[in-house]
Amino acid sequence: MHETTAPPGAARPVFYEREEHAHGDGGTLLGFWLYLMSDCLVFAALFATYGVLGRNYAAGPSGADLFDLRLVALNTGLLLLSSITYGFAMLEMDRERVDATLAWLAVTGLFGAAFLGVELYEFGHLIHEGAGPQRSAFLSSFFALVGTHGLHVTFGVVWLVTLMTQVRQYGLIAANRRRLMCLSMFWHFLDVVWIGVFTFVYLMGVSR
Amino acid sequence: MFSNLDLRQLVFGRLTLEAIPYHEPILLWTFVAVAAGGAVLLGLVTWYGKWGYLWREWFTSVDHKRIGIMYVVLAIVMLLRGFADAVMMVTQKALSVGASEGYLPPHHYDQVFTAHGTIMIFFMAMPFVTGVMNYVMPLQIGARDVAFPFLNNFSFWMTAGGAVLTMLSLFVGEFSRATWLAYPPLSGAAYSPGVGVDYYIWGLQIAGAGTTLSGINLIATIVKMRAPGMTMMKLPVFCWTTLASNAIIVTIFPVLTVALALLSLDRYVGTHFFTNDYGGNSMMYMNLIWIWGHPEVYVLVLPAFGIYSEVVSTFCSKRLFGYASMVYATAVIALVSWLTWLHHFFTMGAGANVNAFFGITTMIISIPTGAKVFNWLFTMYRGKIRFEVPMLWVMGFIPTFVIGGLTGVLLAVPPADFVLHNSLFLVAHFHNVIIGGVVFGLLAGVNYWFPKAFGFKLDPFWGKVSFWCWLIGFWVVFTPIYVVGLMGVTRRTQHFDDPTVQPWLTVAAFGAFIIMAGILAFVVQILVSILRRERLRDVTGDPWGGRTLEWSTSSPPPPYNFAFTPVAHDLDAWWDMKKRGHERPLEGYRPIHMPRNTSAGIVLAGLSTVLGFALVWYIWWLAALSFAGLVAVALAHTYNYNRDYYIPAEDVVRFESQRTAQLAARA
Repeated sequence: MHETTAPPGAARPVFYEREEHAHGDGGTLLGFWLYLMSDCLVFAALFATYGVLGRNYAAGPSGADLFDLRLVALNTGLLLLSSITYGFAMLEMDRERVDATLAWLAVTGLFGAAFLGVELYEFGHLIHEGAGPQRSAFLSSFFALVGTHGLHVTFGVVWLVTLMTQVRQYGLIAANRRRLMCLSMFWHFLDVVWIGVFTFVYLMGVSR
Repeated sequence: MFSNLDLRQLVFGRLTLEAIPYHEPILLWTFVAVAAGGAVLLGLVTWYGKWGYLWREWFTSVDHKRIGIMYVVLAIVMLLRGFADAVMMVTQKALSVGASEGYLPPHHYDQVFTAHGTIMIFFMAMPFVTGVMNYVMPLQIGARDVAFPFLNNFSFWMTAGGAVLTMLSLFVGEFSRATWLAYPPLSGAAYSPGVGVDYYIWGLQIAGAGTTLSGINLIATIVKMRAPGMTMMKLPVFCWTTLASNAIIVTIFPVLTVALALLSLDRYVGTHFFTNDYGGNSMMYMNLIWIWGHPEVYVLVLPAFGIYSEVVSTFCSKRLFGYASMVYATAVIALVSWLTWLHHFFTMGAGANVNAFFGITTMIISIPTGAKVFNWLFTMYRGKIRFEVPMLWVMGFIPTFVIGGLTGVLLAVPPADFVLHNSLFLVAHFHNVIIGGVVFGLLAGVNYWFPKAFGFKLDPFWGKVSFWCWLIGFWVVFTPIYVVGLMGVTRRTQHFDDPTVQPWLTVAAFGAFIIMAGILAFVVQILVSILRRERLRDVTGDPWGGRTLEWSTSSPPPPYNFAFTPVAHDLDAWWDMKKRGHERPLEGYRPIHMPRNTSAGIVLAGLSTVLGFALVWYIWWLAALSFAGLVAVALAHTYNYNRDYYIPAEDVVRFESQRTAQLAARA
């Protein structure tokens, strides 16, 4: 399996690298992927909790009583569109056009903020109706899952605004391109999670 | 709500003077001793004017070697605390029989065993393992640092922050009484209304964030930064076990985060995840916490297996037997570790089929583990064994761990578990594998790599005293505990009515003092070695006749580890280089690109710790303030693009010619 001796007469092998080599991106994208996968497990645990507790209504309202699918459809649309506009921002980044990149990022941020606005309205409405997270295990797990997703989107919007100021200040330098790439993965990841939320929580919740 | 709002509560939350346990003599004297010791330590640092040095060279350092050392120091300090708890428990158990109540009342005893378990796993074993991985792995793969040096510093300080919060509970308020995994409903607001469980939750959440990030960091380092020529199947076994261990960390710590977050929502917000009413289900918590908890023991023991593998092949001067099977065994253990969690609650009604599945998966783990044991034995077979201290630890480990493993397989049989569940037999079993497996391995690792880190060996005499006290003490403690456990004595018992258990528990208490002698001998070993460092000095960088790349550089290594990146041609890359007559290059040095130190990590972790404290005591303004500070510092840190620098070639030349002179003087 391993060569333990050099063949006789062979030149002595090279034991040291005499020139310095850069280490590519230093593993940032891989590291960020690993982070996303660990975050994915956060959502997996929350989905599992919702799966176990999601029908424990404690004589309170169920998903069919509470969810307004039109509102959720609007929200899903907002988030999916924000992923497309983020994609446009990345295309503009590849063309090295700072202003167009920033414009698309701004649109993405607005979609994200609108999503959060609708979600906050929905939460406020539920709490106002007496269907807050303290009402039943179903609602506890609903608020935990959807709320954690919302917190991630909030974090994404803050990050996006920060990055916009950094792109404005320093341009599309390598460090900023790498950061935009990471945020891009984060943003699309949240979209994927939302599709799970939309399907398992809202669609299946209404049909129960 | 605002009618009965009073200012004191607004400012201090639920923190009052009553929270300071000045009426408990044990805690008071502990506090006096800790305060006096701390004052002496801080005074000495100030006297010698070392604060600037500590801040610049250690606290803000992103050098994986310094961070690794800080992790190990933290672990050793926490070992002393956790062990003090252990001594209190065994002496209480030995005294509190029949008419005697012992000296620890139940509410205090419950805090002691909770603190012991929490501290030993999260703040002793975890930082110890992470520290050794941090120090050794980049050197073994021929890298100059980890993939994300700043994150590494941040991870360490988060772990330290969690430890500080946990220690603080000793003197301000109380610690959790709900056992080391805080099962609800006992840990819920209804049955644990005090601050204890909140200290537990925030201590672990803060440390857990650091652990997850460090897991990501070390995986990316191994995948991306190996020396040229070092394919995965030429990766030293310790690095393989590090990779497996961190892969487990990244998959399980998120689940722990969720379990604790939901528990804190139950406690703070009044949700119903794990409550008895409104549809809550406490079994959900038990599943989540053990999905973290079972793989966690493999997080700890796999790197220890790696250490044994390195030590055994070095001190037998032989290539490790069955390298490929060692790698596959590691991977299989990691994979199956995710599928065994339910064996922690066979008795809780999952049914025969589910129990059978998890019983079988648990037994399957013993197969790759057994393969590893045979590999170590076959490495020793016909080897020229040198009985240095690290090797003694390996030889103490093998029989001890095999017995612990066998009692584990016994417990994996569901019908047997119904008899032994929650008994002291179980307690003896997991101490058997964690002390015999993890702690012995870490102490082997400290003795093995100490000369690499500091340039001189540890004193062998005191090392042997420490080894024998630990090994004998371990068996004197846990043999009687196995026996009384088999007789049916339950764990976490503060008082015994049956006088026939007392002789056994007295022997166990006696054994704890033998282990204490072992720990003291370890501390003495370090002190004596520092005093005799000139006699124990090693200038070669390779004091044991090592086989892997960390022994190819000087001891301690320069900040950049390797002036020229080594090229690996063999599994035992350094052994191969020595055998084929490599020549250390003496000129052609270039400036070396390195990460810059930063204070962001310690500041962020400090703010997190303050946030945790504020949340424990309901001091909402402080929580809001520290959270805002956390966000502000984190954002400000992202505006810092100036994160690296070059070590000038002249500095490299200076360091390397010093080493050349040292090597020449020796020859």
